[in-house]
Amino acid sequence: MKIAVLVKEVPDAAVEKRIDASGRLDRSGEKNLNPYDTHAIEAAVQLKEGGTIPVEEIVAITAGPAGAERALHKAVSLGADRSVLLSDDAVAGSDVIATGYALAKLLERESPDLVLLGQQSDDGENYTIGAVVGEFLGYPSLTQVVKLDIAGETITAERQAEYGYDTVEIDLPAVISVGDAINEPRYPSLKAIMGAKKKPLEKITIADAGIEADKVGAAGSKIECGNFTEPPKKSGGTIIEDEDTSATVEQIVAWLDERKLI
Amino acid sequence: MDFDLSPDHELMRRTVRDFAEQEVAPIAEELDREKRFPYELVRKMGALGWMGIPFPEEVGGAGGDSLAYAIAVEELTRIDSSVAITMCAHTSLGTQPIYLFGSDEQRADWLPKLTSGEILGAFGLTEPEAGSDAGNVQTRASLDGGEWVVNGAKQFITNAGTSMSGVVCITAKTGDDEISNLIVPQDAPGYERGEPYRKMGWNASDTRPLTFTDCRVPEENLLGPRGAGFKQFLRVLDIGRIGVAAMGVGLAQGALDEALAYAKERKAFGKPISKYQAIQAKLADLSCEIEAARLLVYKAAKEKDLGRDFSLTAAQAKLKTGRLAVRATEEAVQIHGGYGYIEEYPVCRFYRDAKILTIGEGTDEVQQMVIARALGA
Repeated sequence: MKIAVLVKEVPDAAVEKRIDASGRLDRSGEKNLNPYDTHAIEAAVQLKEGGTIPVEEIVAITAGPAGAERALHKAVSLGADRSVLLSDDAVAGSDVIATGYALAKLLERESPDLVLLGQQSDDGENYTIGAVVGEFLGYPSLTQVVKLDIAGETITAERQAEYGYDTVEIDLPAVISVGDAINEPRYPSLKAIMGAKKKPLEKITIADAGIEADKVGAAGSKIECGNFTEPPKKSGGTIIEDEDTSATVEQIVAWLDERKLI
Repeated sequence: MDFDLSPDHELMRRTVRDFAEQEVAPIAEELDREKRFPYELVRKMGALGWMGIPFPEEVGGAGGDSLAYAIAVEELTRIDSSVAITMCAHTSLGTQPIYLFGSDEQRADWLPKLTSGEILGAFGLTEPEAGSDAGNVQTRASLDGGEWVVNGAKQFITNAGTSMSGVVCITAKTGDDEISNLIVPQDAPGYERGEPYRKMGWNASDTRPLTFTDCRVPEENLLGPRGAGFKQFLRVLDIGRIGVAAMGVGLAQGALDEALAYAKERKAFGKPISKYQAIQAKLADLSCEIEAARLLVYKAAKEKDLGRDFSLTAAQAKLKTGRLAVRATEEAVQIHGGYGYIEEYPVCRFYRDAKILTIGEGTDEVQQMVIARALGA
């Protein structure tokens, strides 16, 4: 079995997010591998280490500027066997569909049995890239997966839903986006960090991957970024002075009841 | 000239930062308050290869360099000094002497256990009457029937009294004008650990006095040639300075990060205090000094990694960063106002943790002496 893990470099959680003049996210400052993607890598590595199904290879894949190599470096230090970087200026400014198309073309070259990725990125927070990639590949996709079992050609997954968990069975090949409850990612040991550069890193252009230039980048994207405004300030809320706790509880219950929240 | 870290060093920094923020930060205040040694964290760091960063893989180390080590120490100290000094004293002081001066047998006996973090190493140099004047050791060791018999006392020793402590290298007089280092295993008869000190800071690290009463170790526990002890510990301290200097940078950076976050959040007279010039000047000054100090530390580490003489730079870095840490933590407390004086925010602990950095592993005055000597003064 071959597992591909889609990863992305994002601004570090501690960095204040800003929109630049072109309407894109300002990507200066400290960066990190998207934390959700570390869960996807860990899931892949656990499948490999678990031994119930033979995993021959884990490939980490990203599309992004040259700096995105850092995300791949971390991905291989965490256990991926090799990595692929689509580094091409033509891809900059791609929206979700265009990005999903480009990633799907990269995946076609690899023909993995299983594609794993984080359910959301720390920057875009779209939650959708897995489904888009699945659509382009013609693979079934599951999102927000927090438990994953594979037997033969069948995946049994639990996905987190608003009302609890769905247990879903699908067949391989498939695209699975994982939530952070799926596992506890390891830290790369110093040896793993230093060994990472010995693992192959393939840098390719859109031409190498057979990506049509007019389907990616700002031109190939249907989303147009317009005027951004600050979100409205939260209203003050209601402060209840607690003089008599049972009266306070009654007030809170009444407030929730009024809004049909309980 | 290239100021960028290599991808490996950058990823190491990132990894230690994540570890420090996710694993250390949530319990740092509790460890300090309860003066509890961070066994769990030390074991995790051992599993990641961080208890043997600058030692080659042949001896069980992680095969990193001094720069990787300095970066790791810096990032740990940014969150907690006790955890950092535990790693630092173990590496620079506990493991280094055996790595540098040990025989093949001594290295084979001790290094795999030390570099993997299975056991902790300590270095016993300081005595009640031998601190800066370290050559004035009073502990005596004499040969008797193929064994060294050691009598004396050591003080302010880090990492010797935990349940993971495995070995201490001690400096002793083996003749009237002869100083040698000896390897003393934890279970050597006559070797006792005293009660932990009540310290100003570094509360979660293990610091104790040690006593040796007719303590017997085999003759072959002599480290290197007889009489080489003085030169050996000077070398060990030189290397140790890079680690302690990295602690100064990390602590100062931690103080600045905390102060900046607080200043942006705390409002006075209708706006965040970060918008007032008085606060901005403090933050700006600190950021300049920290960046300059960091470069000095990395330079010392790099010089060592390139096999050059790094003694002067390491002493400069140690002198610069210890003072900087004291100043940065003081300013951070000042910016926090009353909240800085209570254990509500980490800066209170940072302030207590800072002062030792102008004293331990060579006082500022000793660094000045070393530097002035190197200048030819």
